[in-house]
Amino acid sequence: MTWLFAFIRVKGYNRGMRNMLAEALKGHGADYIEIHFEESQATSIVYRGERLEEISRTRSSGGNIRALVRGSWGFVSFNRLDGLRDKVTLAVEEARLASREPFKLFPTEPVVETVMSQLKKDATAIPLATKKELLDGCNDIMLSSPKIQSTRINYRDVGRQRIFANSEGSYIEQAKTDLALRLTAVACEGNEVQQAGLSLGSNGDFAAVEGLHEQAREIARRATALLSAPQVKGGEYTVILDPVLAGVFAHEAFGHLSESDFVYQNDNLRQIMVLGKKFGDKHLNIVDDPTIPNLRGSYKYDDEGTQARKTYLIREGVLEGRLHSRETAARMGEIATGNARAINYLFPPIVRMSNTFIEPGSTSFKEMLGDTEEGVYVKDWYGGTTSLEMFTFSAGEAYMIRQGRLAELLRPVVLTGNVFTTLQNIDAIGNDLEMNQGGGCGKGGQYPLPVSNGSPHIRIRHCVVGGR
Amino acid sequence: MMEGLLEVLCSAREKAEQAEVFSLVSRTVSVQFEANELKQIQTKESSSLALRIFKEGRIGFATAGGECDLDTLVDMAVETSQFGSPANFQFPPRFHGDSSKVCIFDAKVGDLAKERMIDIGKELITKVRGHTPDILCDVEVTKRTSSISLVNSQGGEGRYDKSFLGFGLEGIVVRDTDMLFVGDSESSCRFDFIGINDLADRVIWQLEMAKKKATVSTKLLPIIFTPSGVASVLISPIMLAFNGKTVLEGASPLKDKLGKQVFDKKLSLWDDATVAFGVGSYPFDDEGVPSQHLPLITDGIVTNFLYDLQTAALAGTQSTGHGQRAGGGFPRPGISSLTLNRGDVSFQAMVEDMKEGLIVEQVIGAEQGNVLSGDFGGNVLLGYKVENGEIVGRVKDTVIAGNVYQVLKELLGIGQETRWVGGILQTPSLYCPRVSVTTKGS
Repeated sequence: MTWLFAFIRVKGYNRGMRNMLAEALKGHGADYIEIHFEESQATSIVYRGERLEEISRTRSSGGNIRALVRGSWGFVSFNRLDGLRDKVTLAVEEARLASREPFKLFPTEPVVETVMSQLKKDATAIPLATKKELLDGCNDIMLSSPKIQSTRINYRDVGRQRIFANSEGSYIEQAKTDLALRLTAVACEGNEVQQAGLSLGSNGDFAAVEGLHEQAREIARRATALLSAPQVKGGEYTVILDPVLAGVFAHEAFGHLSESDFVYQNDNLRQIMVLGKKFGDKHLNIVDDPTIPNLRGSYKYDDEGTQARKTYLIREGVLEGRLHSRETAARMGEIATGNARAINYLFPPIVRMSNTFIEPGSTSFKEMLGDTEEGVYVKDWYGGTTSLEMFTFSAGEAYMIRQGRLAELLRPVVLTGNVFTTLQNIDAIGNDLEMNQGGGCGKGGQYPLPVSNGSPHIRIRHCVVGGR
Repeated sequence: MMEGLLEVLCSAREKAEQAEVFSLVSRTVSVQFEANELKQIQTKESSSLALRIFKEGRIGFATAGGECDLDTLVDMAVETSQFGSPANFQFPPRFHGDSSKVCIFDAKVGDLAKERMIDIGKELITKVRGHTPDILCDVEVTKRTSSISLVNSQGGEGRYDKSFLGFGLEGIVVRDTDMLFVGDSESSCRFDFIGINDLADRVIWQLEMAKKKATVSTKLLPIIFTPSGVASVLISPIMLAFNGKTVLEGASPLKDKLGKQVFDKKLSLWDDATVAFGVGSYPFDDEGVPSQHLPLITDGIVTNFLYDLQTAALAGTQSTGHGQRAGGGFPRPGISSLTLNRGDVSFQAMVEDMKEGLIVEQVIGAEQGNVLSGDFGGNVLLGYKVENGEIVGRVKDTVIAGNVYQVLKELLGIGQETRWVGGILQTPSLYCPRVSVTTKGS
């Protein structure tokens, strides 16, 4: 489609492109410059009730330049590669206008590599008719369930080919696919409206969204059941989180606080987040790992060309590491962890999570439930958000726990807390780790970034549950 | 630009009965301060093209960003049309919207030098640090000029330019493990409309009110939602209910309430895409339907819903001129500039009226509840306790929960001062009775 592919590929990478970017990067007198260029193809399908409301295809191409001069950045994004050298010059000029305290980026070895995505069943190659048939099937099941007034289905797959080159000699081509699906059933009765949903995703493997009929039926059943469910009384409870919601908790309550760009310029926060500080009991281990194969947050190089690595955020209850870009690592005297990511070429890379999870412990769900006198069992998620210190996340499904057993279904609840006390209040960690690939992460206007999160069942004492 | 669009239109017409081409070209410059220092300057250029066709009676849709050849774009639209929804409406043959009548362009914005933008950011930070020296401010000063063009095969054709200028400040004060977040923003299409001092003063007021800490009890309490609080908590469930799509599918609590009293008699709400220099204003919507002043709630009575062309046709009504394309995508009904009417109570009088209550500015997680049914809830990120008619300090570890239809049914008062929040909502403070408040350790 564009002339980008007119370059001849030699030995796996695009030599013409590499030379052109190398040429544009030369001789600007900046401390560091990088160029990103990407092409993407997306398919999006939206249902609302029985209507297929939107079906669209998108092709997009564009790139950006980031230049560092004496501690400040210039950033220029563009749609066309022509006049690239002038665009680099503009980015360098912008960087010169600002002047912070100079620093040197955390050093990384220049890399020349092509990373292809290998998928068993690439969603971007599946015919539209097949996608529609699959979604029709789920939609019909939900719509034919009792008291279901409407449904929502949002399906999207994106294939992205990214090129990265920097003034240190790196040239990396990476291809990555992403798929996200959300199913929602809306039940109505009189003035009552309730909904239940399911979010799924994959690294582009279409198999992840096949065979969902049973789940679709379950969503509809749950939405209907919520119509007659009571609202929890607001207050402090012992809560047990299922692996999906506990994963959201790991992401919101602690993951974001581990992103160094929140911390590196704030002396007070640096003291709070000093490595070696105790955050929880010995059983608590939280990890971010983009190197796990085939998850939505997996990659080989981040968007600064740093090789991805596994980072322990909390090990045995103690703060052990945090997520870095080359800048934050340099300024904090730590190691770049390969967590600088951008959702697309319109944005500069910022510190982000990848696959974040709580490592499994030894308690079974049954044991955890059995010795909970009264509490709330919360499952699945609507969403979550954080202000670093305080976080909230909401459960799609909740049950009272009475005398060690699951009791009545409740309306969806919002859980909230203070990260510093809540992590200490985790008193049991299950043995049943599951990774959740639904949703996407938002930060600094960049949404949705493909990530995954996970956890086993966990139990938290004294958690505030909002209710009326 | 128009020539390029007509070329796409011609090409699409060879394969489809009707076609429409929408183009958005923009240039954004932003100056970003992090932790009180200028960190980054950005220039973003982007262009996107959207093609909608009717082929064999079905809608096809494709978009392209950057370099994309014509045939690929048309082929993608044709491919999707096999599965698209039935084409049940007509593209408007003429655009009545007179782009000279709705003022949304100020050449001064485009001409604003980066150096001046840097000065504005520095001025803001200096003012706020004058009050609280250890605050760390992230500030963004953004200017944008964009050109919107639209043509369709029924003869409709129009284009307009729009400018945008915005400042936003987010401040964080950390003491031990206590974090205080303050912040606000200002935006307009016009340079002269923006007040640096107003923004700094509001942030300083927040810092002043949050100096002391206070605790509330777990119970039902009256709440004053400030304009930011209204935007943060109450508006999204209401807007979802007024969206023609939600009404059409029968999921809106307001679906059968047209002409009925649902809200407090003192409450009126309208959407007006013709507001001079409003960030959400436009002469015609993204489908070519002229913009208008549309009452949504009049003296508590539900008066209109928001429609785009396709949704209106399905509902057997007319588009209200609210077809909007977020990021150049598929048109959907959306708000332009909302205004909630001003009332007759001063902020001070509301505070003095409270024995025990809360003032809410910002909530996190408000969108996470069952928004469709009007539920709201979340952790109070910035809010103050009122005791015996006086603001006594900031609350923490506090959750509020309620339902907008209950809360707005009978208000204790509507503020006499309104202000714009985020450039798209003009609102006074709302004084609401009995909202559930839950707090830790009580």
